[in-house]
Amino acid sequence: MDQSRDLEAIRRLIAARKRYDALFGVLGLIALMIGVLTFVALFADMAWNGMGRLDWDFFTHYPSRRPAQAGILSAWVGSTLVMLTTAFFAVPLGVAAGIYLEEYARKNWITDLIEINITNLAGVPSIVYGLLALGLFVYQFGFGQSILSAGLTLALLILPVVIVATREAIRSIPQSIREGSYALGATQWQTVRYHILPYSSAGILTGIIIGMARAIGETAPIITIGALTFIAFLPPAPLKAEPPFVSFEWLFSPFTVMPIQMFNWTSRPEAAFQVNAAAAGFVLVLMTLAMNGVAIWLRYRLRRKIKW
Amino acid sequence: MTPGTRLAARRARILRERAIEAALFLAALVSVFTTVGIVYILVKESVVFFEQVPITRFLTDTQWTPLFDDAHFGIVVLLSGTLTSSAVALAIAIPLGTVIAIYLSEFAPFRLREVAKPFLELLGGVPTIVYGYFALLFVTPLLQRIYPELPGFNLLSAGIVMGIMIIPYVSSISEDAMRAVPMHLREGSYAMGATRLQTALRVVVPAAFSGLASAYILGISRAVGETMILAVAAGMQPNLTFNPLEPAATITAFIVQVALGDLPHGSIGYQTIFAAGLTLMLFTLACNIGGHFLRKRFRESY
Repeated sequence: MDQSRDLEAIRRLIAARKRYDALFGVLGLIALMIGVLTFVALFADMAWNGMGRLDWDFFTHYPSRRPAQAGILSAWVGSTLVMLTTAFFAVPLGVAAGIYLEEYARKNWITDLIEINITNLAGVPSIVYGLLALGLFVYQFGFGQSILSAGLTLALLILPVVIVATREAIRSIPQSIREGSYALGATQWQTVRYHILPYSSAGILTGIIIGMARAIGETAPIITIGALTFIAFLPPAPLKAEPPFVSFEWLFSPFTVMPIQMFNWTSRPEAAFQVNAAAAGFVLVLMTLAMNGVAIWLRYRLRRKIKW
Repeated sequence: MTPGTRLAARRARILRERAIEAALFLAALVSVFTTVGIVYILVKESVVFFEQVPITRFLTDTQWTPLFDDAHFGIVVLLSGTLTSSAVALAIAIPLGTVIAIYLSEFAPFRLREVAKPFLELLGGVPTIVYGYFALLFVTPLLQRIYPELPGFNLLSAGIVMGIMIIPYVSSISEDAMRAVPMHLREGSYAMGATRLQTALRVVVPAAFSGLASAYILGISRAVGETMILAVAAGMQPNLTFNPLEPAATITAFIVQVALGDLPHGSIGYQTIFAAGLTLMLFTLACNIGGHFLRKRFRESY
């Protein structure tokens, strides 16, 4: 009699616990869906509003006071040049630092200091990098509000990303590869150059792409160095007809970039400019999505293919 | 090859190895230089600022009008905007991020996890200016339908969008921490007859708490340092308020606002943004140090 009531109570308890389990499963899915739906809404909203402006002229026209004629020519050219400058500094520095920390660094206080620094820098708000660049690159070094200043700023910003990716890629290479190389008489650099770097290159590339995808969308630090929001000309061309044929004047040219152009249009009250902002935002999101997508795909392939 | 030339080649090789190591070391030092540079610039300009504005006024004044003739420098005004928007963002990001992390780590089938993780990463990769546009022109009109008195610029919609932006950071680190909890703890719990949810909440979450704490701290520093969403959607009016329904400026939005204008190098307005930046930096530093001790306090090792 008593026993059967206990059994009943226990059964009910178990059923309740199982319900909670199922309930949490639903809750988790809902939470996940909130993220997914936001993203879909964001993408669809911009595509819906901006699609009408997305034609060839939009990419080949300068910004203008008349919204229907405004385009993103100076913005995408500026973004491309800034990205080139960023990659030029961030890739060699980041990869070299990663190699040093994984392959060369001894366990001492300097190494600890560098590692703590990299962790902390990854958490510094991006606008603080902008202040650093304003004080140091723009005024102290006298680079002005130029493509060079912006490229250097973004390079410092994504350096931790590149370093961490390089280290992770190098760390996954088994010790036996290095020992094999040394056994054949290779020096440390030869081992790095002919074994470590080639085998980790896909992983490093993933990190570089993710870093660049972040840099291309960064707005705050570039506004902080004082980039102009209205630019209706292009930087001087890097190639010239007369010797020495290449020119680096563009590095010191005023510029604008895609996110700043979008910010400028977003903050105007006229609805027509906000349509332009949607179109520019759509292009920007597509670019970052494409870059992130390539990185994710690379990593996926990497995980499947490599078996040491 | 005579022994002499072989020796010379060896010497050259050693020299080259040393030079390469030195070059790589210098590259690694760049991160240290960056930190030193940030501290140097922020402190240098702030010192000039605090020579003109006493620090007590900076901390106690309740008005922020640095660019007016009647200049007031009460950082509290900007801090209130930063804290309010961050609170809204974290009220969204921490619960949702934690639930997603528990779900993905303990409940979700393998396939779903493989799809969801990269998708969340994409969500974190969207440029913040795009989120700003979304907050101003999609979320605010949506909220205005529910609550018509909501002003066009407000901390609420900026905070909500910011929270959604932070979810991937919180969920990804939390999930990694929970996945690192050894399987035998879960097996012990299941063997005692616990359900998945009981195991997740009473065994896995406590065991991974130091990792969760890092995730939350990262979320906080993201929220405090976020700029463009607030500059676009929260308005740039300094406003001493803790009401998310009002427009207000944050520290970061103020820096953007000044940078957009044409302030001469060396003016008080120019130095103000460095003082504001220093405040921001100290705030995130305090978070990181707090996080460090939290992690130490709750660290479990198996």
